[in-house]
Amino acid sequence: MFTQMLTRRALGSKLADALTTPHGVDRYVELVRPAFSLRDVRAEVVAVRRATARSVTLVLRPNGNWQGFRAGQFVRLGTEIDGVRHTRCYSPASSAHVCNLLELTAHAEPDGVVSPFLRASARPGMVVSLSQAEGDFALPDERPDQLLLISGGSGITPVMSMLHTLCQEGYRGRIAFLHYARDEHDVAYRHQLAELAAGHTNVRLLHGYSRQAEAGELHGRFERAHLRAAGVDPAEALTFACGPTGLLDAVRATWAQDGLEQRLHVEQFTAPAPVRAPDGEHVAGSLRFARSGVKATGTAAPLLEQAEAAGLTPTSGCRMGICHTCTCRKLEGAVRDLRTGEISTAPDELIQICVNAPVGDVTLDI
Amino acid sequence: MTATTPPQLTPQQLDAFGRELDAIRERVIADLGERDAAYIRRIIKAQRGLEISGRGLLELGFLPPAWFAGTVALSLSKILDNMEIGHNVMHGQYDWMNDEAVSGHAFEWDSACPSEQWRHSHNYMHHTHTNILGKDRDIGYGVLRMSEDQRWHPYYLGNPAYAVLLALFFQWGVALHDLEVDRVAAGKSSWNDKGEMLRAIWKKGRRQALKDYALFPLLAGPGAPFTFAGNVTANAVRNVWAFMIIFCGHFPEGTHEFTLEETEGETRGQWYFRQLLGSANLTGGQLFHILSGNLSHQIEHHLFPDLPAHRYAELAVEVREICERYGLPYNSGPLHKQFGSVVKKIVKLALPGDGGDEDRAVEPTPLPRRATTREAVAA
Repeated sequence: MFTQMLTRRALGSKLADALTTPHGVDRYVELVRPAFSLRDVRAEVVAVRRATARSVTLVLRPNGNWQGFRAGQFVRLGTEIDGVRHTRCYSPASSAHVCNLLELTAHAEPDGVVSPFLRASARPGMVVSLSQAEGDFALPDERPDQLLLISGGSGITPVMSMLHTLCQEGYRGRIAFLHYARDEHDVAYRHQLAELAAGHTNVRLLHGYSRQAEAGELHGRFERAHLRAAGVDPAEALTFACGPTGLLDAVRATWAQDGLEQRLHVEQFTAPAPVRAPDGEHVAGSLRFARSGVKATGTAAPLLEQAEAAGLTPTSGCRMGICHTCTCRKLEGAVRDLRTGEISTAPDELIQICVNAPVGDVTLDI
Repeated sequence: MTATTPPQLTPQQLDAFGRELDAIRERVIADLGERDAAYIRRIIKAQRGLEISGRGLLELGFLPPAWFAGTVALSLSKILDNMEIGHNVMHGQYDWMNDEAVSGHAFEWDSACPSEQWRHSHNYMHHTHTNILGKDRDIGYGVLRMSEDQRWHPYYLGNPAYAVLLALFFQWGVALHDLEVDRVAAGKSSWNDKGEMLRAIWKKGRRQALKDYALFPLLAGPGAPFTFAGNVTANAVRNVWAFMIIFCGHFPEGTHEFTLEETEGETRGQWYFRQLLGSANLTGGQLFHILSGNLSHQIEHHLFPDLPAHRYAELAVEVREICERYGLPYNSGPLHKQFGSVVKKIVKLALPGDGGDEDRAVEPTPLPRRATTREAVAA
């Protein structure tokens, strides 16, 4: 531990920085220790579980730059697939009180890229990049008296983390946990949930299965009756709900009827919208320039021209896709390459804004 | 430079020519993947390995074999860093990997020139306006007379001497390149506008010099002079090598220059056409190509500046075949021949006039439609 600290101090020194200029210490050390970085969060996969036919659970050991998370928050995980780094958001499902390990579960969607890759190829020893934890969907530091956790499908992970965290810290208030899935084999945390419910008298667990009507305590889609079945009053409990749009819409509507929107926190897992625009046809949307806070209505023109029209001055050069001077990070949204007509929907990727036009809503890091 | 008439293509032929090259580009882009990522990472690993061993050996530079091996390793490291890695990564050739370590806008190289200025002077000015007089500042780097269309001045009597100095201190020449000192001297721009650039050059150059000429030598204790000498040598070797490769890209005999007027409103096909005629390749083995940053495939690089350079050798086969079909020249030769013709040009252009009578004898007639050799322009 002491030598480790000393090594880090030495590598982080001004001298080490001056000796390794312009590349920096990381670029040398990472060649032998891929998870090392002075600044970036990276993590080594230490265990891989495949609890259901679609899911994969990764246990990660982050490097020393990881600052921990609040139960419910998410991280951006980066991994390389066929030479290309892809980044996706995942919510840790483990307890926020465990700081040297964290557990993520990915559900492989048929037309997804990252989750199917992780499901098929993740193995111990693999190194992934992480962001620090982000998001407001998190347990408040001052714990509420009562909690209602609702999740659907892969939306289980952030509320699972809340349950783990509360159970570990000896939380005494009542927790009702409603989970909706296709069937019992599709619940990645079924056994852990059962164990936690059995070991803690204040936890009440109810399952609803859409393709297994006879099983589970809840029947059909979410409705007010399910709250009664759980013996929970939404006015008294603070509610966290995460899952697909249909579930969240139903939950929102119920809380709105009671005027309890303030007592409800929701998080929606949305895969990047697969935009299918025919060549050359403009799909209306809005542009957001995240760094400058400027917004504009999107047109079919190259993003560079639209940024300039919005009063921004991004650096640019040839304006024909040769020089890469205007390359910037697209945070969200779909763009069409005006040279090839190809549409890219990947979040967090570098694009040349002089030869790309927006397809729907786009957010750029300008 | 022999004033050969550039071939003429009809607008239809130029369009078809452009489409064929576009098709190659699109095919490669669709195929980018693991193979390219693994390649650049392997080169980076080799460079970092050479650098660490080179610098390590030079700490023992008082032992002659260690000094020699260390200097060779560090020279190779700097060459790889600047050419196959730095130049190509900063072109955005690996931007599709979405990895900061190899992304064009984030990469810094082991050179005095700040990468941001390089991206402007090279990626934009040089690659967009290749061989256009008055636009492409790589023609002579603002110091040399490399074209008859640069008006002769007694200053240019020193052309060969300036070339030698530029070669030896090439990284500093490149660093000052974007400042356009010659334009300031000519009163066309002012030092007042250059403050930010000067600060960036000072900051980067100081760190580079501190590392190579102070810190690593001091770490060697009494062996400091040896380490210092090794580092100076490695920088000079890299400088001369980069100068040779780069000057062989556009100045050998047979490459063409263009005027601003004739390149206005260019089509895609015409742009490709100009890139082809303005560039020249170097022949050699695989190691030579890697050490040249694959700029030995200057033609392919100028046609496809943002495709990973290690693919140029494969693409060259197709490009050459396309050129043959359209009756276009494909300028290629070994280093000694191409560099020989560059040296000849530097020496000839030290003197007033167009560099010799033998060129006059083959002055082209009539005026080519799209591209013009210097004689035609002068005429």
